[in-house]
Amino acid sequence: MRKIKYSQAINEALHQLLKKNNKVFLVGQGVTSPWYVGATTVGLLDRFGPQRVFDTPVSENGVTGLAVGAAMAGMRPIVVHPRLDFMYYAMDQIANHAANWHYMFGGQLSIPLTLWGIINRGGEQAAQHSQALQAIFTHIPGLKVVMPSTPYDAKGLLIASVYDENPVVYIDDRWLYNFEADVPEEIFSVEIGKGIIRRRGTDVTIVATSYMVHEALEAAACLEKEGINPEIIDLRTIKPMDKKLLFDSVKKTNRLIIVDAAWKTCGIGAEISATIAETTLLKKLKAPIMRISLPDTPAPASSVLENLYYPDSKDIVSTVKKLLY
Amino acid sequence: MRTQSEPTTISEKTLHDMYTMMIRIRKFEEKVAENIINKEITTPCHLYVGQEAIATGVCTALRRTDFVFSTHRSHGHYIAKGGDIKTLMAELYCKATGCSKGNGGSMHIAEPKTGLPGSSAIVAGTIPLSVGAAYSFFLQKKDNVSVAFFGDGAVGEGTFYESLNLASLKKLPVIFVCENNLFSTHMPITACLAGTDIYKKVETFDIPTHKIDGNDVCAVYRAALQVIEDARTGKGPAFLECTTYRWFGHVGPNYDVDKGLRSKEDLEYWMKKCPIKRLERYLIRNNLLSESKKRAIYNKIENEIEEAIAFKNNSSAPSKEQLTRSVFKE
Repeated sequence: MRKIKYSQAINEALHQLLKKNNKVFLVGQGVTSPWYVGATTVGLLDRFGPQRVFDTPVSENGVTGLAVGAAMAGMRPIVVHPRLDFMYYAMDQIANHAANWHYMFGGQLSIPLTLWGIINRGGEQAAQHSQALQAIFTHIPGLKVVMPSTPYDAKGLLIASVYDENPVVYIDDRWLYNFEADVPEEIFSVEIGKGIIRRRGTDVTIVATSYMVHEALEAAACLEKEGINPEIIDLRTIKPMDKKLLFDSVKKTNRLIIVDAAWKTCGIGAEISATIAETTLLKKLKAPIMRISLPDTPAPASSVLENLYYPDSKDIVSTVKKLLY
Repeated sequence: MRTQSEPTTISEKTLHDMYTMMIRIRKFEEKVAENIINKEITTPCHLYVGQEAIATGVCTALRRTDFVFSTHRSHGHYIAKGGDIKTLMAELYCKATGCSKGNGGSMHIAEPKTGLPGSSAIVAGTIPLSVGAAYSFFLQKKDNVSVAFFGDGAVGEGTFYESLNLASLKKLPVIFVCENNLFSTHMPITACLAGTDIYKKVETFDIPTHKIDGNDVCAVYRAALQVIEDARTGKGPAFLECTTYRWFGHVGPNYDVDKGLRSKEDLEYWMKKCPIKRLERYLIRNNLLSESKKRAIYNKIENEIEEAIAFKNNSSAPSKEQLTRSVFKE
């Protein structure tokens, strides 16, 4: 198997999806640009033309509604939002329309739609060019939410999202785009709703999302040297959540840390800790559940403040030590 | 704004069909109003009485496979497109046999096989959806068209302008039908819009527009026929501004004339312009409608509505299991 970058894995998935199924099309800002969406759409315009690779004006709600309407009429659109921040404009079409449509009409019409949102943060971009909004989408009934952390999952989950019969919010992070790993050349799916253990351990369960999986693995490498053996779960799908995987791991380690690079209040960490606390596992815990997250503040511009704002492996290491000693 | 082309001759059958359809919508809505007053129907209903000519004129010019997207004021569009009134009535009673199985109520009704993919309670919400359906037809090289019905209130929403722009950029087969009933909930149009000629706003998007008397079903039908044919043959979107008036208030069965929202004189003026009476006078004048034919039409409609009531009477409420079913398609 060859190694390719995360961004190339997305690009390969898009090429294969558009080639294999003429119901699939890509729409959104920057899809014909060589850099706007980080090289993920390279070559698509030349191969599939401007109708199936539709670069749009800045009209997030209108464009998302167009994708939802096309899904109602038989297509499997992928609508891309190059920054999640701008996706707030499209919340009406996502939350009021796409998410509700199947339920609201008694299951008559489903919306097979991929809502691809890119986290694009750091670099002193400040509060409106940095946001990670997975918790907001996860809150809404009718939406599935996936966050691939590896090139393999970036490809497999994108393909699974497009073939799902429901709206799926696919969130990736530009900080992942240069990660390289083995990815099969053929078209394949990673099942939505299944997490994965990235490192087996016994002392503490660290549940991480997206880019933070890599910080957690780095932390584990440090901790290992000190004789600490953490188990690392990559959630992969935020909703529907792989609860069994979480329960089995916590049952074994009796300690839980959740690492999600988004705001703490009502975040993914809060949801996971409540999910554990509602079970009898709570009584067996040997330490409090800890959340590593962003502070509840907007993203700053200053790189000095950014370094404080975004958690990393060092925060994970110190939190694990706090729990164990 | 385009000037009207030579009036198309409308066949006797089409005239009768449109007359019957308007009566069907009127009688259905009157029955609903009666049953809201009885406190039998509690889902909020935005009644279509007074506006029947618009849905009827446009939908008569459509094929079954064309798509119609509707709003909170949804019953007229559903009925005019050919939706089953039995399942519609059951939906207004939130029964399991309703067209949305009791999950939707009055504002969310659909019958996909009839080209009714749904209606939204969010003002202007279905306008971009109609553009998307048109984009799907365009990509799949189908000659279907997509229609968005909306009120003048939707003209205040940004998504309206985004949708016009996208449809015109890609020359999509979508017809925007603005039912300008002069009120956005309780607000008169003059308090809502800077510039009340809506079609003029749309012209700047390089979209052909027609301003029509929305109480003249023949004028609506003729304009719709022309723009639908244009859209089918790749000439792109069009906009119809149909001026009309809703007899009832924004929601429910009251006339709202005693609340300082609008004058009794205005209401009476518009009731005199009743779209059904107007076509009826034309038919009688041209010897196209005898008293016995008229009676037969009314009897047929009354039977249909009685059947719809009987259908909902024989229907159950949704089961408990339905509460959490169909959030996702499995």
